[in-house]
Amino acid sequence: CRGFNWRTVHTWVNCVVCFGGTALQNLKTTVDTVLWTMLKSKTFVKKTRSGGVLKIVREHYLRDDIWCGSEVCKECKDEAPVLQEHACIESDLCSYPHYLIPDTNVLLHQIDILVDPLIRNVIILQTVLQEVRHRSAPVYKRIKDAIHEKEKHFYTFTNEHHRETFIEREQGESANDRNDRAIRVAAKWYTDHLAKKTNGGSLKVVLLTDDRANKEKAEQDGLIVYRCEEYIKSLIGNPELMDRLALQPDDQNEITGSKLLFPEHLPLSRIQSGIKNGMFLQGTFHANRDNYLEGKVFINREGEEINEVLLQGLQNLNRAVHQDVVAVELFPKERWVAPSSVVLQDDSPNDEDADEDETENNLKGVPSDSSVLKPTGRVVGVIKRNWRPFCGMLSQSMIKEATRHLFTPADRRIPRIRIETRQAANLVGQRIMVAIDGWPKNSRYPNGHFVKNLGSAGDKETETEVLLLEHDVPHQPFSQAVLSFLPQMPWSITEEDLKVRADLRHLCVCSVDPPGCTDIDDTLHCRELENGNLEVGVHIADVSHFIRPGNALDQEAASRGTTVYLCGKRIDMVPELLSSNLCSLRSNVERLAFSCIWEMNHNAEIIKAHFTKSIINSKASLTYAEAQMRIDDTTMNDDITKSLRGLNRLAKILKSRRIAKGALTLSSPEVRFHIDSETHDPIDMQSKELKETNSMVEEFMLLANISVAQKIYDEFSECALLRKHPSPPPSNYDILIKAAKSRDLNILTDSAKALADSLNNATVENFPYFNTLLRILATRCMMQAVYFCSGMDSDFHHYGLASPIYTHFTSPIRRYADIIVHRLLAVAINADSTYPDLMDKHKQTALCNNLNYRHKMAQYAQRASVAFHTQLFFKNKGIINEEGFILFVRKNAIIILIPKFGLEGAVFFDHKDRPSPRLSFDSEGPTLKVEEHTFRMFDKVKVTISLDASNIQHQRIRMALVEPVIPGVSVPVPESEPEAKKPKLDC
Amino acid sequence: MAGLELLSDQGYRLDGRRACELRKVQARTSVFAQADGSAYLEQGNTKALAVVYGPHETRGSRSKSLHDRAVINCQYSMATFSTAERKRRPHGDRKSSEMSLHLKQTFEAAVLTELYPRSQIDIYVKILQADGGNYSACVNAATLALVDAGIPMRDYVCACTAGFVEDTPLADLCHAEESGGGTSLALALLPRSGNIALLQMDARLHQDHLDALIEAAMTACKGVSKVLDGVVRQHLEEVSVLTRD
Repeated sequence: CRGFNWRTVHTWVNCVVCFGGTALQNLKTTVDTVLWTMLKSKTFVKKTRSGGVLKIVREHYLRDDIWCGSEVCKECKDEAPVLQEHACIESDLCSYPHYLIPDTNVLLHQIDILVDPLIRNVIILQTVLQEVRHRSAPVYKRIKDAIHEKEKHFYTFTNEHHRETFIEREQGESANDRNDRAIRVAAKWYTDHLAKKTNGGSLKVVLLTDDRANKEKAEQDGLIVYRCEEYIKSLIGNPELMDRLALQPDDQNEITGSKLLFPEHLPLSRIQSGIKNGMFLQGTFHANRDNYLEGKVFINREGEEINEVLLQGLQNLNRAVHQDVVAVELFPKERWVAPSSVVLQDDSPNDEDADEDETENNLKGVPSDSSVLKPTGRVVGVIKRNWRPFCGMLSQSMIKEATRHLFTPADRRIPRIRIETRQAANLVGQRIMVAIDGWPKNSRYPNGHFVKNLGSAGDKETETEVLLLEHDVPHQPFSQAVLSFLPQMPWSITEEDLKVRADLRHLCVCSVDPPGCTDIDDTLHCRELENGNLEVGVHIADVSHFIRPGNALDQEAASRGTTVYLCGKRIDMVPELLSSNLCSLRSNVERLAFSCIWEMNHNAEIIKAHFTKSIINSKASLTYAEAQMRIDDTTMNDDITKSLRGLNRLAKILKSRRIAKGALTLSSPEVRFHIDSETHDPIDMQSKELKETNSMVEEFMLLANISVAQKIYDEFSECALLRKHPSPPPSNYDILIKAAKSRDLNILTDSAKALADSLNNATVENFPYFNTLLRILATRCMMQAVYFCSGMDSDFHHYGLASPIYTHFTSPIRRYADIIVHRLLAVAINADSTYPDLMDKHKQTALCNNLNYRHKMAQYAQRASVAFHTQLFFKNKGIINEEGFILFVRKNAIIILIPKFGLEGAVFFDHKDRPSPRLSFDSEGPTLKVEEHTFRMFDKVKVTISLDASNIQHQRIRMALVEPVIPGVSVPVPESEPEAKKPKLDC
Repeated sequence: MAGLELLSDQGYRLDGRRACELRKVQARTSVFAQADGSAYLEQGNTKALAVVYGPHETRGSRSKSLHDRAVINCQYSMATFSTAERKRRPHGDRKSSEMSLHLKQTFEAAVLTELYPRSQIDIYVKILQADGGNYSACVNAATLALVDAGIPMRDYVCACTAGFVEDTPLADLCHAEESGGGTSLALALLPRSGNIALLQMDARLHQDHLDALIEAAMTACKGVSKVLDGVVRQHLEEVSVLTRD
């Protein structure tokens, strides 16, 4: 075909220009690196962002070397065929061995079934896989995981590049129809191919599709085709699979259906044009935790004046589920309102699609002040659903034989879900997982299907499992692949280590940690030098020595991101051998460390800093209390104590200097459980105490982190992993300023320094806890601190610490970010070599995003675990009287903080079953007047605390007012039990 | 919206090639009668036209000429219709002057310029359709045109790009792969000696991967050289048939 005649070349060149991209004929080529056999071209039209139209021409090569992947086939030269010869899924419909080919919609909706171990030998077509990739990232990830799993025998057939299964789109054929046809052609090819290979034998392929037209056409082509439901029903092995079938929106039902509850969602094309011309806004929907009829949409477009839209009422929420990306239409200014402070929970027992006008009317408060009005709007369409499987419990239908039941998710921001199951009786009282399939416009609740049973509710194991799942904390035991990268035991320090590391074993190093800590990642020392200066060292466990970049152990740690501490349980980031043994800097054993050593004068000014990999031998593992005791005990004068005193003195200077620069001291109530060593039930809970030694250790960790941050940034300005804490927008402080004003105090928030100073001065006589309360409030005004890659951002400032640069270096056993920082620092001091991903700022940014997500989720999981243990505690305790302070005032409730337990709870003033008292709410104060008494923020109240177990779905702590006494509202003082004895148990 | 998946788990690229496979390369020499040498080359959807004049006396100022070898003058341009969006491309913009310079350096390494002191060789290349690997298409076309013009060279100069996606080197990138982020390396090779005439890479790449990437590009260049060799031989056969008559 290369025999062109040169006399006609001119016209030929022109022709190429005109018809560039038309199909060329077969080309036999001499180049042995080329195995494709045919060239087609794909032409399509794409719209650019600026509205222009681009014609895109892409080559499309077809090949003959794509194998069918079956063991049966001898012709295909597949080295490791995936599909088994005896592909047996026992089924009433197909008694012969068969392979399944699901179409795109089956894969998208029935992924829960496909990943079941029962389903094996499935052919996933490339057409299907690509469509899934465009439509749902989570499903795509799950199917890819399934394909990688060897026992599943899932095979991906690259049909789009196979010469015999590639088809071109015909005139007038829609892209979807073309893909359906491609699936049928591939299924047909498989049918013929396998029949030929087995001589018309028994091995068949079965196409699964729920699309009626597609099914008819496939039957005409002579394929074996079933609807997914039909096929699953026929399976003999597992009737439970039926429950996991996603409900298909039945077309007929939709037309005849009852009255429409929700407005229709607009088609995507109209949404997009609406967003472009400013009619709609795009954003992420966040449901309100306390009020199911309210939510917010955060508009994440830059340069937009409105970044938050308030949605109220079911109609306006229009089936948006927490975390969905939605398009909203703004209401005119007259309809803007202030966010309601009502606490509302959806707990009507019936499953009727009834209107809820009454409750909705409650919402519409009188707009009091134009300044607090928030833009409101309604959802016109959903751009992207962000549904995942939800944990929760089943509320069984009142009718005994019913198969439709309501499911209440553990996360209160998720609406209840209607599911169909025949094993409801078994599932009551169990924690289960459910996935949403859809939300038709005539249904009050979304429809879903059962996925998994987690265990009985209230059970500590189950509840822990639930909260780990709900917060997406990876908690499976480490796989063999991961464990294989652990060092061989017995492990010892080698000659080679000694050669390249500084030998600091003679130094008097010790660690100070909370009691019971087994993953010790930091130790300290301080000694006087001959020149009169002090040498201070922070020695951090050298985790990066054991975890080498890129291996399975490293990848697992990177994906976990952080160790998660729950009450009485720890989910490790690295296997225990490392976390509690080889990396843990225990006393009197030789350990590898990464040391940060400063020479300081007695004014805590750094004269010299240097970093080195080292070997240390900790002389003592102390608790905060033990260390404090040594410092205070004047009779003790050993090396460790002297070292501690030196550190403590320097730490005080460092701290005062930091505070002078405007670092914030914030407060959040933290509690500690005393846990029974046998039953593991909490016996007592109390707020954590902070000792001087806590702040001593903290001070040196901060110093080390800042020094290291500066060092790695100097060395790698593009790819240093740093941590920043953005300053909060001024509006965040509104609640704090208002609260202080109620006590005639002024809080300045212009800068961190001003805030810190005014917080220090904000004290009220005879109210020592007031300052702590203010600090708790201030903490809630703050932004989240985040990891980022220095090459991708220009703002490095850490607001809370008032430091221009910061990173995490000191806890590599429990934080992955520290491992990366260790690696960067090791490269900077020539102690280790670099690797590609470390220097790639995009990969680093992706890593930071994961770490930030994991940290946030770990925090939430921790809080949830504390909440659960609090419930357990009060379950054993019965009713308790306690003093507390009002933290927030809401329209129908006050939120109370009990300092003794660090517990926060709401006292409601309206009840469904009895007439509510006269309430008047003033958002300026904010104050709430109940009958004759006015509640202000920070008022001292007395409440009874008890566990409300009437609703096993959501057991909650119930608080009731005791003092001040308001007739008809407060409850009489219950017979106060004698204060429970505090057993001195500490685990 | 998810970006493009440049390399699937099954090892296929967007257009169905495997990682080390080239696009279809087709070429034709002597496409213009007036010029001393000319060639047209397609590398997938990238299409280039190269024309060579010379060696001839130095035009313009005498001072440019060199006493011991020929001056190579390269001019690179892109047709207005070469990309999806029609765009006027003035001569001498930064990108095309850079490309011209690269071509000049490449051919100074390959052409036996010392045979023609005080003279000049002009190479004009135009991209008619751009779909990634413009530089390599230009080099390959210009090599054929030089052969067609009968200018002695050390060896064919063969060029090819290579990219790096998911830790795998990809040979001969198309436009979607080039713009899909990641590294792209252009390499011009004298295949018989294995000498590198030009190596160019703009993006960042970790040192550990460089060898693998160069290796992939070199293999690809050798593949290209076979095609070019075939084109030249076939042309020769045709010409000899014509002249025999």
